[in-house]
Amino acid sequence: MFKSLGRFVLNSLTQIGQASSLVYSSVFWLFKAPLEFAQTMQQTVKIGVESMIVATLTSLFTGMVLALQAGTTMQSILSEPIYIGTLVGFSLVRELGPVLTAFVVAGRAGAAVTAEIGTMRVTEQIDALHTLGTDPIRYLVIPRLIAFTLAIPILTLFANVTGMFGGYLVSVHGLGVSSYTYVEDITTFIGVDDLMHGFIKSIFFAFMIGVVCCYKGLYTRGGAEGVGKSTTQAVVVSMVMILVLDYFFTAILNALGI
Amino acid sequence: MIKIRNLKKYFGSKHILRGVNLDIKDGEVTTIIGGSGTGKSTLIKCIIRLLEPDGGEILVNGKDITHIKKAVELADLRRSFGYLFQEGALFDSLTVGENVTFGLKYLTDVPKADYAKIAKEKLALVGLKDIENLKPSELSGGMKKRVSLARVLATSPKVILYDEPTSGLDPIMSEIISELIVNLKHKLGVTSVVITHDMKSAFEISDTMAMLYEGKVKLAASTAEFKKTDNPYVKQFIEGSSKGPIQMQIRS
Repeated sequence: MFKSLGRFVLNSLTQIGQASSLVYSSVFWLFKAPLEFAQTMQQTVKIGVESMIVATLTSLFTGMVLALQAGTTMQSILSEPIYIGTLVGFSLVRELGPVLTAFVVAGRAGAAVTAEIGTMRVTEQIDALHTLGTDPIRYLVIPRLIAFTLAIPILTLFANVTGMFGGYLVSVHGLGVSSYTYVEDITTFIGVDDLMHGFIKSIFFAFMIGVVCCYKGLYTRGGAEGVGKSTTQAVVVSMVMILVLDYFFTAILNALGI
Repeated sequence: MIKIRNLKKYFGSKHILRGVNLDIKDGEVTTIIGGSGTGKSTLIKCIIRLLEPDGGEILVNGKDITHIKKAVELADLRRSFGYLFQEGALFDSLTVGENVTFGLKYLTDVPKADYAKIAKEKLALVGLKDIENLKPSELSGGMKKRVSLARVLATSPKVILYDEPTSGLDPIMSEIISELIVNLKHKLGVTSVVITHDMKSAFEISDTMAMLYEGKVKLAASTAEFKKTDNPYVKQFIEGSSKGPIQMQIRS
Protein backbone atom coordinates (compact mmCIF):
# COMPACT_ATOMS: atom_id res chain seq x y z
CA MET A 1 0.00 0.00 0.00
CA PHE A 2 2.82 2.39 0.95
CA LYS A 3 4.56 1.43 -2.28
CA SER A 4 1.58 2.37 -4.44
CA LEU A 5 0.98 5.55 -2.42
CA GLY A 6 4.65 6.47 -2.90
CA ARG A 7 4.38 5.78 -6.62
CA PHE A 8 1.24 7.93 -6.85
CA VAL A 9 2.93 10.86 -5.05
CA LEU A 10 6.07 10.53 -7.16
CA ASN A 11 4.03 10.34 -10.35
CA SER A 12 1.95 13.37 -9.39
CA LEU A 13 5.04 15.41 -8.51
CA THR A 14 6.68 14.42 -11.81
CA GLN A 15 3.60 15.57 -13.74
CA ILE A 16 3.42 18.86 -11.84
CA GLY A 17 7.13 19.39 -12.56
CA GLN A 18 6.68 18.62 -16.27
CA ALA A 19 3.64 20.90 -16.54
CA SER A 20 5.55 23.70 -14.76
CA SER A 21 8.43 23.22 -17.16
CA LEU A 22 5.93 23.52 -20.03
CA VAL A 23 4.69 26.85 -18.66
CA TYR A 24 8.30 28.06 -18.23
CA SER A 25 9.22 27.03 -21.79
CA SER A 26 6.07 28.71 -23.13
CA VAL A 27 7.01 32.01 -21.48
CA PHE A 28 10.57 31.59 -22.83
CA TRP A 29 9.44 31.02 -26.44
CA LEU A 30 6.79 33.75 -26.20
CA PHE A 31 9.54 36.35 -25.77
CA LYS A 32 12.29 34.54 -27.67
CA ALA A 33 10.69 34.03 -31.07
CA PRO A 34 7.99 35.72 -33.17
CA LEU A 35 4.45 34.51 -32.57
CA GLU A 36 3.06 31.93 -35.00
CA PHE A 37 0.30 34.32 -35.98
CA ALA A 38 -1.50 32.14 -38.53
CA GLN A 39 -1.52 29.17 -36.13
CA THR A 40 -2.81 31.37 -33.31
CA MET A 41 -5.67 32.72 -35.41
CA GLN A 42 -6.56 29.26 -36.67
CA GLN A 43 -6.64 27.89 -33.12
CA THR A 44 -8.67 30.84 -31.81
CA VAL A 45 -11.31 30.06 -34.44
CA LYS A 46 -11.22 26.33 -33.63
CA ILE A 47 -11.32 26.77 -29.86
CA GLY A 48 -13.41 29.91 -29.56
CA VAL A 49 -15.69 30.45 -32.53
CA GLU A 50 -16.50 26.76 -33.00
CA SER A 51 -17.39 26.40 -29.29
CA MET A 52 -19.77 29.35 -29.37
CA ILE A 53 -22.97 27.47 -30.24
CA VAL A 54 -22.56 24.81 -27.56
CA ALA A 55 -21.47 27.38 -24.94
CA THR A 56 -24.43 29.62 -25.83
CA LEU A 57 -26.94 26.76 -25.65
CA THR A 58 -25.54 25.61 -22.31
CA SER A 59 -25.80 29.06 -20.75
CA LEU A 60 -29.21 29.79 -22.30
CA PHE A 61 -30.78 26.71 -20.72
CA THR A 62 -28.86 27.23 -17.47
CA GLY A 63 -30.34 30.72 -17.22
CA MET A 64 -33.78 29.33 -18.01
CA VAL A 65 -33.60 26.60 -15.38
CA LEU A 66 -32.19 29.02 -12.80
CA ALA A 67 -35.13 31.38 -13.36
CA LEU A 68 -37.58 28.49 -13.16
CA GLN A 69 -36.12 27.13 -9.92
CA ALA A 70 -35.75 30.59 -8.33
CA GLY A 71 -39.26 31.62 -9.41
CA THR A 72 -40.86 28.43 -8.10
CA THR A 73 -38.98 28.66 -4.79
CA MET A 74 -39.80 32.35 -4.29
CA GLN A 75 -43.41 31.69 -5.17
CA SER A 76 -43.71 28.96 -2.55
CA ILE A 77 -41.85 30.90 0.18
CA LEU A 78 -42.88 34.52 -0.47
CA SER A 79 -45.95 33.88 -2.65
CA GLU A 80 -44.50 35.89 -5.55
CA PRO A 81 -41.52 35.44 -7.90
CA ILE A 82 -39.28 38.32 -6.79
CA TYR A 83 -35.55 38.97 -7.30
CA ILE A 84 -35.39 36.43 -10.14
CA GLY A 85 -33.13 38.69 -12.21
CA THR A 86 -30.79 39.18 -9.27
CA LEU A 87 -30.53 35.46 -8.52
CA VAL A 88 -30.04 34.49 -12.17
CA GLY A 89 -27.57 37.32 -12.76
CA PHE A 90 -25.46 36.69 -9.66
CA SER A 91 -25.31 32.93 -10.21
CA LEU A 92 -24.33 33.34 -13.83
CA VAL A 93 -21.91 36.23 -13.65
CA ARG A 94 -19.96 35.11 -10.59
CA GLU A 95 -20.09 31.30 -10.89
CA LEU A 96 -22.00 29.44 -13.56
CA GLY A 97 -20.96 31.56 -16.54
CA PRO A 98 -17.20 31.06 -16.12
CA VAL A 99 -17.42 27.50 -14.74
CA LEU A 100 -19.86 26.08 -17.29
CA THR A 101 -18.13 27.80 -20.21
CA ALA A 102 -14.79 26.41 -19.06
CA PHE A 103 -16.38 22.93 -18.75
CA VAL A 104 -17.85 23.11 -22.24
CA VAL A 105 -14.61 24.31 -23.86
CA ALA A 106 -12.51 21.76 -21.94
CA GLY A 107 -14.80 18.96 -23.10
CA ARG A 108 -15.05 20.12 -26.68
CA ALA A 109 -11.87 21.94 -27.68
CA GLY A 110 -9.56 20.74 -24.90
CA ALA A 111 -10.15 17.11 -25.80
CA ALA A 112 -9.51 17.90 -29.47
CA VAL A 113 -6.24 19.68 -28.64
CA THR A 114 -4.94 16.74 -26.56
CA ALA A 115 -5.98 14.21 -29.21
CA GLU A 116 -4.30 16.23 -31.99
CA ILE A 117 -1.01 16.83 -30.16
CA GLY A 118 -1.05 13.28 -28.77
CA THR A 119 -1.45 11.84 -32.28
CA MET A 120 1.40 14.07 -33.46
CA ARG A 121 3.53 12.67 -30.63
CA VAL A 122 2.89 9.00 -31.39
CA THR A 123 3.37 9.45 -35.15
CA GLU A 124 6.73 11.26 -34.67
CA GLN A 125 5.37 14.58 -35.99
CA ILE A 126 6.61 16.28 -32.80
CA ASP A 127 10.11 14.90 -33.48
CA ALA A 128 9.76 16.13 -37.06
CA LEU A 129 9.10 19.66 -35.76
CA HIS A 130 12.40 19.50 -33.87
CA THR A 131 14.33 18.27 -36.90
CA LEU A 132 12.81 21.03 -39.05
CA GLY A 133 14.14 23.74 -36.80
CA THR A 134 11.19 24.69 -34.65
CA ASP A 135 10.03 23.79 -31.19
CA PRO A 136 6.65 22.20 -30.46
CA ILE A 137 6.15 24.64 -27.60
CA ARG A 138 6.54 27.54 -30.01
CA TYR A 139 4.59 26.00 -32.90
CA LEU A 140 1.86 24.08 -31.07
CA VAL A 141 1.56 25.10 -27.42
CA ILE A 142 1.80 28.91 -27.46
CA PRO A 143 -0.87 29.42 -30.18
CA ARG A 144 -3.24 27.12 -28.28
CA LEU A 145 -2.54 28.73 -24.90
CA ILE A 146 -3.25 32.16 -26.37
CA ALA A 147 -6.36 30.86 -28.13
CA PHE A 148 -7.77 29.34 -24.93
CA THR A 149 -6.92 32.45 -22.90
CA LEU A 150 -8.60 34.72 -25.45
CA ALA A 151 -11.59 32.55 -26.24
CA ILE A 152 -12.85 31.40 -22.85
CA PRO A 153 -13.21 34.84 -21.19
CA ILE A 154 -14.97 36.20 -24.30
CA LEU A 155 -17.23 33.13 -24.44
CA THR A 156 -17.94 33.65 -20.73
CA LEU A 157 -19.19 37.18 -21.42
CA PHE A 158 -21.45 35.79 -24.17
CA ALA A 159 -22.61 33.06 -21.81
CA ASN A 160 -23.50 35.63 -19.15
CA VAL A 161 -25.62 37.59 -21.61
CA THR A 162 -27.38 34.56 -23.13
CA GLY A 163 -27.94 33.03 -19.70
CA MET A 164 -29.59 36.21 -18.47
CA PHE A 165 -31.64 36.28 -21.67
CA GLY A 166 -32.76 32.69 -20.95
CA GLY A 167 -33.76 33.78 -17.45
CA TYR A 168 -35.65 36.72 -18.96
CA LEU A 169 -37.65 34.44 -21.27
CA VAL A 170 -38.78 32.19 -18.42
CA SER A 171 -39.36 35.05 -15.93
CA VAL A 172 -41.33 37.28 -18.27
CA HIS A 173 -43.15 34.71 -20.39
CA GLY A 174 -43.42 31.85 -17.88
CA LEU A 175 -43.59 33.39 -14.41
CA GLY A 176 -45.30 36.67 -15.25
CA VAL A 177 -42.51 38.96 -13.99
CA SER A 178 -42.44 42.27 -15.84
CA SER A 179 -39.48 42.83 -18.08
CA TYR A 180 -38.72 46.11 -16.30
CA THR A 181 -38.51 44.34 -12.90
CA TYR A 182 -36.29 41.56 -14.26
CA VAL A 183 -33.81 44.03 -15.82
CA GLU A 184 -33.99 46.36 -12.80
CA ASP A 185 -33.18 43.42 -10.47
CA ILE A 186 -30.07 42.75 -12.52
CA THR A 187 -28.80 46.31 -12.97
CA THR A 188 -29.49 47.41 -9.39
CA PHE A 189 -27.71 44.61 -7.62
CA ILE A 190 -25.03 43.42 -10.05
CA GLY A 191 -22.03 45.68 -10.45
CA VAL A 192 -18.83 45.80 -12.48
CA ASP A 193 -16.93 44.04 -9.67
CA ASP A 194 -19.28 41.03 -10.01
CA LEU A 195 -18.58 40.91 -13.73
CA MET A 196 -14.84 41.19 -13.05
CA HIS A 197 -15.04 38.42 -10.46
CA GLY A 198 -16.26 35.94 -13.08
CA PHE A 199 -14.10 37.36 -15.86
CA ILE A 200 -10.85 37.08 -13.85
CA LYS A 201 -11.64 33.51 -12.88
CA SER A 202 -12.36 32.61 -16.51
CA ILE A 203 -8.88 33.83 -17.55
CA PHE A 204 -7.22 31.48 -15.05
CA PHE A 205 -9.52 28.57 -16.02
CA ALA A 206 -8.62 29.15 -19.66
CA PHE A 207 -4.88 29.18 -19.06
CA MET A 208 -5.10 26.07 -16.90
CA ILE A 209 -7.14 24.16 -19.53
CA GLY A 210 -4.60 25.12 -22.18
CA VAL A 211 -1.67 23.93 -20.06
CA VAL A 212 -3.33 20.65 -19.02
CA CYS A 213 -4.54 19.74 -22.52
CA CYS A 214 -1.27 20.62 -24.27
CA TYR A 215 0.76 18.87 -21.56
CA LYS A 216 -1.29 15.68 -21.77
CA GLY A 217 -0.92 15.70 -25.55
CA LEU A 218 2.84 16.28 -25.54
CA TYR A 219 3.46 13.52 -23.00
CA THR A 220 1.28 10.93 -24.74
CA ARG A 221 2.83 7.47 -25.01
CA GLY A 222 1.65 4.23 -26.54
CA GLY A 223 -0.15 4.60 -29.87
CA ALA A 224 -3.89 5.01 -30.34
CA GLU A 225 -4.64 3.65 -26.87
CA GLY A 226 -2.29 6.22 -25.36
CA VAL A 227 -4.02 9.04 -27.27
CA GLY A 228 -7.40 7.92 -25.89
CA LYS A 229 -6.03 7.73 -22.37
CA SER A 230 -4.40 11.17 -22.55
CA THR A 231 -7.55 12.74 -23.94
CA THR A 232 -9.72 11.31 -21.16
CA GLN A 233 -7.18 12.39 -18.52
CA ALA A 234 -6.95 15.89 -19.99
CA VAL A 235 -10.72 16.41 -19.78
CA VAL A 236 -11.07 14.88 -16.30
CA VAL A 237 -8.10 16.80 -14.85
CA SER A 238 -9.29 20.05 -16.45
CA MET A 239 -12.79 19.68 -15.02
CA VAL A 240 -11.59 18.85 -11.51
CA MET A 241 -9.05 21.68 -11.65
CA ILE A 242 -11.75 24.14 -12.76
CA LEU A 243 -13.71 23.38 -9.58
CA VAL A 244 -10.62 23.45 -7.35
CA LEU A 245 -9.41 26.74 -8.83
CA ASP A 246 -12.94 28.12 -8.63
CA TYR A 247 -13.02 27.66 -4.87
CA PHE A 248 -9.60 29.20 -4.25
CA PHE A 249 -10.05 32.12 -6.64
CA THR A 250 -13.49 32.86 -5.21
CA ALA A 251 -11.94 32.99 -1.72
CA ILE A 252 -9.05 35.21 -2.90
CA LEU A 253 -11.24 37.57 -4.94
CA ASN A 254 -13.79 37.85 -2.12
CA ALA A 255 -10.96 38.72 0.27
CA LEU A 256 -9.85 41.41 -2.19
CA GLY A 257 -13.39 42.72 -2.35
CA ILE A 258 -13.96 41.80 -5.99
CA MET B 1 33.06 13.88 -39.58
CA ILE B 2 30.82 12.42 -36.90
CA LYS B 3 32.63 10.42 -34.22
CA ILE B 4 30.60 8.28 -31.86
CA ARG B 5 32.45 7.01 -28.82
CA ASN B 6 31.17 4.46 -26.30
CA LEU B 7 27.59 5.74 -26.74
CA LYS B 8 25.03 4.48 -24.25
CA LYS B 9 21.28 4.94 -24.08
CA TYR B 10 18.84 3.38 -21.63
CA PHE B 11 15.06 3.44 -21.49
CA GLY B 12 14.29 2.57 -17.88
CA SER B 13 15.84 -0.83 -17.27
CA LYS B 14 16.23 -1.50 -21.02
CA HIS B 15 19.80 -0.97 -22.23
CA ILE B 16 19.40 -0.14 -25.91
CA LEU B 17 22.87 1.18 -26.78
CA ARG B 18 25.65 -0.41 -24.72
CA GLY B 19 28.74 1.38 -25.96
CA VAL B 20 28.55 2.16 -29.68
CA ASN B 21 31.74 3.25 -31.46
CA LEU B 22 31.44 4.46 -35.04
CA ASP B 23 33.01 7.00 -37.40
CA ILE B 24 30.86 8.60 -40.09
CA LYS B 25 33.02 10.20 -42.73
CA ASP B 26 32.05 13.36 -44.60
CA GLY B 27 30.61 12.87 -48.07
CA GLU B 28 30.13 9.15 -47.60
CA VAL B 29 27.12 6.91 -47.31
CA THR B 30 27.27 4.90 -44.10
CA THR B 31 24.68 2.19 -43.75
CA ILE B 32 23.68 0.73 -40.42
CA ILE B 33 22.12 -2.70 -40.46
CA GLY B 34 20.93 -4.95 -37.69
CA GLY B 35 17.88 -6.78 -36.42
CA SER B 36 14.75 -5.04 -35.19
CA GLY B 37 15.15 -3.54 -31.73
CA THR B 38 18.93 -3.42 -31.78
CA GLY B 39 18.98 0.38 -31.41
CA LYS B 40 19.52 1.63 -34.96
CA SER B 41 16.82 4.30 -34.80
CA THR B 42 17.88 5.18 -31.25
CA LEU B 43 21.43 5.73 -32.51
CA ILE B 44 20.47 8.19 -35.27
CA LYS B 45 18.00 9.95 -32.94
CA CYS B 46 20.94 10.50 -30.58
CA ILE B 47 23.02 11.91 -33.45
CA ILE B 48 20.40 14.59 -34.23
CA ARG B 49 19.74 14.91 -30.50
CA LEU B 50 16.09 13.96 -30.52
CA LEU B 51 17.31 11.76 -27.66
CA GLU B 52 19.97 12.62 -25.12
CA PRO B 53 22.55 9.85 -24.64
CA ASP B 54 23.13 8.48 -21.14
CA GLY B 55 26.84 7.91 -21.67
CA GLY B 56 29.70 8.28 -24.15
CA GLU B 57 30.01 11.13 -26.63
CA ILE B 58 29.09 12.29 -30.12
CA LEU B 59 31.45 14.70 -31.85
CA VAL B 60 30.22 16.55 -34.93
CA ASN B 61 33.15 18.20 -36.70
CA GLY B 62 35.02 18.11 -33.40
CA LYS B 63 32.20 19.68 -31.37
CA ASP B 64 30.75 17.63 -28.55
CA ILE B 65 26.98 17.66 -28.99
CA THR B 66 26.21 14.87 -26.54
CA HIS B 67 24.62 16.99 -23.84
CA ILE B 68 23.85 20.36 -25.42
CA LYS B 69 20.57 21.69 -24.06
CA LYS B 70 20.23 25.28 -25.20
CA ALA B 71 17.52 25.72 -27.81
CA VAL B 72 19.79 27.91 -29.95
CA GLU B 73 22.63 25.35 -29.98
CA LEU B 74 20.23 22.52 -30.78
CA ALA B 75 18.73 24.57 -33.61
CA ASP B 76 22.24 25.22 -34.98
CA LEU B 77 23.02 21.52 -34.87
CA ARG B 78 19.81 20.57 -36.63
CA ARG B 79 20.33 23.20 -39.31
CA SER B 80 22.94 20.99 -40.96
CA PHE B 81 20.95 17.77 -40.55
CA GLY B 82 17.95 16.25 -42.29
CA TYR B 83 16.00 13.30 -40.90
CA LEU B 84 13.78 10.96 -42.86
CA PHE B 85 11.34 9.30 -40.48
CA GLN B 86 10.38 5.67 -40.89
CA GLU B 87 6.66 6.43 -41.32
CA GLY B 88 7.18 9.83 -42.94
CA ALA B 89 5.89 11.92 -39.99
CA LEU B 90 4.13 14.35 -42.33
CA PHE B 91 2.02 17.02 -40.64
CA ASP B 92 -1.62 15.95 -41.10
CA SER B 93 -3.00 19.47 -40.88
CA LEU B 94 -0.83 20.83 -43.71
CA THR B 95 -0.90 20.20 -47.45
CA VAL B 96 1.89 18.34 -49.21
CA GLY B 97 3.34 21.63 -50.49
CA GLU B 98 3.30 23.16 -47.00
CA ASN B 99 4.90 20.02 -45.59
CA VAL B 100 7.74 20.08 -48.13
CA THR B 101 8.55 23.74 -47.50
CA PHE B 102 7.96 23.67 -43.72
CA GLY B 103 11.63 23.69 -42.74
CA LEU B 104 12.52 26.58 -45.09
CA LYS B 105 10.93 29.10 -42.73
CA TYR B 106 12.92 27.94 -39.71
CA LEU B 107 16.17 26.64 -41.17
CA THR B 108 16.88 28.89 -44.16
CA ASP B 109 16.56 32.46 -45.43
CA VAL B 110 14.78 31.43 -48.62
CA PRO B 111 12.09 34.03 -49.48
CA LYS B 112 8.51 32.81 -49.21
CA ALA B 113 7.93 33.62 -52.89
CA ASP B 114 10.25 30.74 -53.83
CA TYR B 115 8.51 28.10 -51.71
CA ALA B 116 6.13 26.88 -54.44
CA LYS B 117 8.99 26.47 -56.92
CA ILE B 118 11.11 24.56 -54.40
CA ALA B 119 8.20 22.28 -53.46
CA LYS B 120 7.67 21.42 -57.14
CA GLU B 121 11.40 20.78 -57.71
CA LYS B 122 11.90 18.56 -54.67
CA LEU B 123 8.73 16.59 -55.32
CA ALA B 124 9.89 16.01 -58.89
CA LEU B 125 13.20 14.68 -57.53
CA VAL B 126 11.32 11.89 -55.74
CA GLY B 127 9.08 11.17 -58.72
CA LEU B 128 5.96 13.07 -57.67
CA LYS B 129 4.11 15.92 -59.37
CA ASP B 130 0.92 17.96 -59.06
CA ILE B 131 0.17 16.80 -55.52
CA GLU B 132 1.10 20.01 -53.67
CA ASN B 133 -2.49 20.72 -52.66
CA LEU B 134 -3.32 17.24 -51.37
CA LYS B 135 -3.38 16.39 -47.67
CA PRO B 136 -1.14 13.55 -46.39
CA SER B 137 -4.26 11.47 -45.62
CA GLU B 138 -4.93 11.33 -49.38
CA LEU B 139 -1.53 9.73 -50.15
CA SER B 140 -0.43 6.09 -50.21
CA GLY B 141 2.26 4.89 -47.78
CA GLY B 142 4.98 5.03 -50.43
CA MET B 143 3.97 8.51 -51.55
CA LYS B 144 4.07 9.75 -47.95
CA LYS B 145 7.60 8.42 -47.63
CA ARG B 146 8.66 10.23 -50.80
CA VAL B 147 6.99 13.50 -49.76
CA SER B 148 8.85 13.19 -46.47
CA LEU B 149 12.11 12.75 -48.39
CA ALA B 150 11.27 15.83 -50.48
CA ARG B 151 10.77 17.74 -47.20
CA VAL B 152 14.23 16.68 -46.05
CA LEU B 153 15.81 17.68 -49.36
CA ALA B 154 14.12 21.10 -49.40
CA THR B 155 16.42 22.54 -46.74
CA SER B 156 19.59 21.20 -48.46
CA PRO B 157 21.15 19.62 -45.35
CA LYS B 158 24.81 18.56 -45.24
CA VAL B 159 24.00 15.33 -43.41
CA ILE B 160 20.88 13.25 -43.98
CA LEU B 161 19.81 10.52 -41.58
CA TYR B 162 17.50 8.00 -43.24
CA ASP B 163 15.39 5.65 -41.14
CA GLU B 164 14.54 2.84 -43.58
CA PRO B 165 14.16 4.97 -46.72
CA THR B 166 13.04 2.13 -48.99
CA SER B 167 10.65 0.23 -46.73
CA GLY B 168 7.12 0.23 -48.09
CA LEU B 169 8.27 1.19 -51.59
CA ASP B 170 8.02 -0.94 -54.72
CA PRO B 171 11.34 -2.27 -56.14
CA ILE B 172 11.56 0.35 -58.88
CA MET B 173 10.94 3.26 -56.50
CA SER B 174 13.40 1.71 -54.03
CA GLU B 175 16.00 1.76 -56.79
CA ILE B 176 15.20 5.41 -57.60
CA ILE B 177 15.58 6.40 -53.94
CA SER B 178 18.87 4.47 -53.69
CA GLU B 179 20.15 6.27 -56.80
CA LEU B 180 19.03 9.58 -55.31
CA ILE B 181 21.04 8.96 -52.14
CA VAL B 182 24.15 8.22 -54.22
CA ASN B 183 23.53 11.26 -56.47
CA LEU B 184 23.28 13.54 -53.45
CA LYS B 185 26.68 12.28 -52.39
CA HIS B 186 28.28 12.80 -55.79
CA LYS B 187 26.64 16.10 -56.76
CA LEU B 188 26.33 17.89 -53.43
CA GLY B 189 28.73 15.99 -51.18
CA VAL B 190 25.90 15.10 -48.79
CA THR B 191 26.85 12.75 -45.96
CA SER B 192 24.25 10.04 -45.48
CA VAL B 193 23.56 7.68 -42.62
CA VAL B 194 21.09 5.04 -43.73
CA ILE B 195 19.28 2.49 -41.61
CA THR B 196 17.97 -0.29 -43.77
CA HIS B 197 16.99 -3.94 -43.90
CA ASP B 198 17.17 -3.83 -47.69
CA MET B 199 20.54 -5.54 -48.27
CA LYS B 200 20.45 -5.03 -52.03
CA SER B 201 20.10 -1.28 -51.58
CA ALA B 202 22.67 -1.29 -48.75
CA PHE B 203 25.38 -2.84 -50.94
CA GLU B 204 24.55 -0.50 -53.83
CA ILE B 205 24.74 2.76 -51.95
CA SER B 206 27.18 2.27 -49.07
CA ASP B 207 30.79 3.32 -48.73
CA THR B 208 30.88 2.04 -45.17
CA MET B 209 28.61 -0.43 -43.45
CA ALA B 210 28.11 -1.13 -39.77
CA MET B 211 26.14 -3.85 -38.06
CA LEU B 212 24.53 -3.21 -34.67
CA TYR B 213 23.92 -6.19 -32.47
CA GLU B 214 22.80 -6.11 -28.86
CA GLY B 215 23.52 -2.38 -28.59
CA LYS B 216 27.08 -2.53 -29.92
CA VAL B 217 28.72 -2.34 -33.33
CA LYS B 218 29.59 -5.89 -34.32
CA LEU B 219 31.46 -4.82 -37.43
CA ALA B 220 32.11 -1.50 -39.18
CA ALA B 221 33.97 -1.75 -42.46
CA SER B 222 33.98 -0.78 -46.12
CA THR B 223 31.28 -2.38 -48.25
CA ALA B 224 33.84 -4.63 -49.98
CA GLU B 225 35.17 -5.90 -46.63
CA PHE B 226 31.65 -6.33 -45.34
CA LYS B 227 30.74 -8.55 -48.28
CA LYS B 228 33.60 -10.96 -47.65
CA THR B 229 33.66 -10.92 -43.85
CA ASP B 230 33.87 -14.13 -41.87
CA ASN B 231 32.07 -12.61 -38.90
CA PRO B 232 29.28 -15.17 -38.34
CA TYR B 233 26.77 -12.59 -37.08
CA VAL B 234 27.24 -10.30 -40.05
CA LYS B 235 27.35 -13.18 -42.51
CA GLN B 236 24.12 -14.63 -41.18
CA PHE B 237 22.39 -11.26 -41.32
CA ILE B 238 23.57 -10.46 -44.86
CA GLU B 239 22.55 -13.89 -46.11
CA GLY B 240 19.26 -13.72 -44.24
CA SER B 241 19.87 -17.21 -42.93
CA SER B 242 17.79 -18.71 -40.15
CA LYS B 243 20.81 -20.69 -38.96
CA GLY B 244 23.57 -18.97 -37.07
CA PRO B 245 24.51 -17.26 -33.82
CA ILE B 246 21.75 -14.65 -33.95
CA GLN B 247 18.99 -17.24 -33.92
CA MET B 248 20.75 -19.19 -31.19
CA GLN B 249 20.73 -16.05 -29.09
CA ILE B 250 17.03 -15.48 -29.70
CA ARG B 251 16.15 -19.08 -28.77
CA SER B 252 18.11 -18.95 -25.54
